[in-house]
Amino acid sequence: MHPTDTAIKAEGLVRRFNGTTAVDEVDLDIPRGEIYGFLGPNGAGKSTTVRVLCTLLTPSAGRAFVAGHDVADEPEQVRLRIGVALQEAALDPKQTGVQLLRLQGRLYGLSRREIDRRLGDLAQLIDIGDALDRPIGTYSGGMKRRLDVAAALVHDPEVLFLDEPTTGLDPVSRARMWEEVRRLNDELDMTIFLTTQYLEEADELADRVGIINDGRLVAEGAPATLKRAVGNDVIVARLDGTAAAAAERVERLPGVHGAEPRGDELVITADDGAATIGAVAVALNNVATVRHLTLRTPTLDDVFLELTGNRIENGQRVTDESDNNELVEVAS
Amino acid sequence: MSVISIPAAFDQAPAVRARPASLGRDVMSIAGRALRAVPRELETVIPPIFIALFFFIVNIGTLQHLTESHLKSFDIKAFMLPTAILIGVTGVSRAGSLVLDIQDGYLDRLLLTPVSRIAILLGHMVADVAIACALTIPILVLSVILGVSIEAGLIGALVFILIAALWCLAFAGFGYAIALKTGNPAAVNSAFLLFFPFLFMTSSYVPRSQLSGWLNTIAAWNPVTYLLEGLRSLVTTGWQWDSLLKAVLAIAGVGVLSMSLCLAALRGRTRRG
Repeated sequence: MHPTDTAIKAEGLVRRFNGTTAVDEVDLDIPRGEIYGFLGPNGAGKSTTVRVLCTLLTPSAGRAFVAGHDVADEPEQVRLRIGVALQEAALDPKQTGVQLLRLQGRLYGLSRREIDRRLGDLAQLIDIGDALDRPIGTYSGGMKRRLDVAAALVHDPEVLFLDEPTTGLDPVSRARMWEEVRRLNDELDMTIFLTTQYLEEADELADRVGIINDGRLVAEGAPATLKRAVGNDVIVARLDGTAAAAAERVERLPGVHGAEPRGDELVITADDGAATIGAVAVALNNVATVRHLTLRTPTLDDVFLELTGNRIENGQRVTDESDNNELVEVAS
Repeated sequence: MSVISIPAAFDQAPAVRARPASLGRDVMSIAGRALRAVPRELETVIPPIFIALFFFIVNIGTLQHLTESHLKSFDIKAFMLPTAILIGVTGVSRAGSLVLDIQDGYLDRLLLTPVSRIAILLGHMVADVAIACALTIPILVLSVILGVSIEAGLIGALVFILIAALWCLAFAGFGYAIALKTGNPAAVNSAFLLFFPFLFMTSSYVPRSQLSGWLNTIAAWNPVTYLLEGLRSLVTTGWQWDSLLKAVLAIAGVGVLSMSLCLAALRGRTRRG
């Protein structure tokens, strides 16, 4: 048993499938009340980690505790304390929303009165009006997602797992889901473990972010801390010519942390972008034609690039080893 | 964009506390869902009734003159009733719905709750038994209208329905095992084909005494033979306890085999995740 102020703890967690290691020696220590963003491209091991923490999969090695209980030795105790919305909204299209929530309540041992009360609360929370009495098959993608989250909340769990809750949602539904996640955390003090392939989502929502790549946790920290580690500012130069040759030149400038060529772009990290951008422009002019020069603060994409040499684009890992961006599919 | 607010009730009302429900409650919860789905999925219920009635009527029409003119005091309608019922109830199974639950991810949702794993299966099977009972009744009523008298009386008719439903349950285990193992609807649909050799290599169309040597030998090892003889005894001769006992043992034998496969498949699926 772990201290009660820890919601999720993993020690050397490993999960293999037929010789392929999907999750490799992952350590986690997530205090109660935190929103933890688990960030990585498709196939990085995010969903497998969630399925292990939620007791759907047993670990191949290592241990994990959720809400103070071992996921392998006490899965029933873990299930009583967690709510889970998996990547694909796991709903029965032929049930109505009310039938689904009622059944969910019964399976968590709630009495009829408790279920009635929770149904009232959740109907307001997910705000899908009269649609709750309609078959789920008639719902839009956003409504299904919200119902899925409501089903995960029926029994008022201590820890909520949201596996890519906004994948496939339109921007309005995505913003709405963010708002719900924030409020659940702020007002109910619920620990939320959120996996995402969207860098801005992790940046926007998470108190701390864990970056997973090829099954390994490669970095962890508050988004601001992770971004600061890359540098204070980022200068992006779009060039006519080879960015690789320009990188060598720029890297020698004072105040520049590093310069990474990405196709026809050169991404330069610097301590003080405003003070450095002039020198960068002059240096670049000597080796290539600069079409565009932008100064911005670092993003988690820059962190991911720094740590893995790749970027995440539309959920896929994109490597910049060649001039042409190459999509790398990773088996899950 | 409308902003969603956490209802005040969330903070004020005492928090609910999740707790494991009893096995019985879990089974009834799952069975309730399965039964509520039946009116929306009549295509899964109507064909078994149609097939049972079809075989009942056509077999009587085909064999009545031949059998009743050659076998003294033979009642083809009473003889064919158990055959028709077995053809009907053997096809009853919610295993196809379980496959859809696997494909939709809904099975994962159930597995994430504290529900007992065995209750997920039993819940579906309880629904199968209820459907099998409901399916048997109209065929029994039709047979009475056609002149069949149930020698074991009303209680015998209820026992007839119960035995038919238990057989449905025992055989349904194969469908669930295939569903859990493969998650493939086509494979589940083919489970019914397993029954055909057992149905034809037995006394389904003529009494065992009329079967040729090799077929009679196979029929002696076929559990469906004893099931048919037990059901027929209720219709044609009344309470014949040895026939009923053999029928129950035959169902138990098939049930133990199918449920073992089913539980192994369930363990495999929950282990694989």
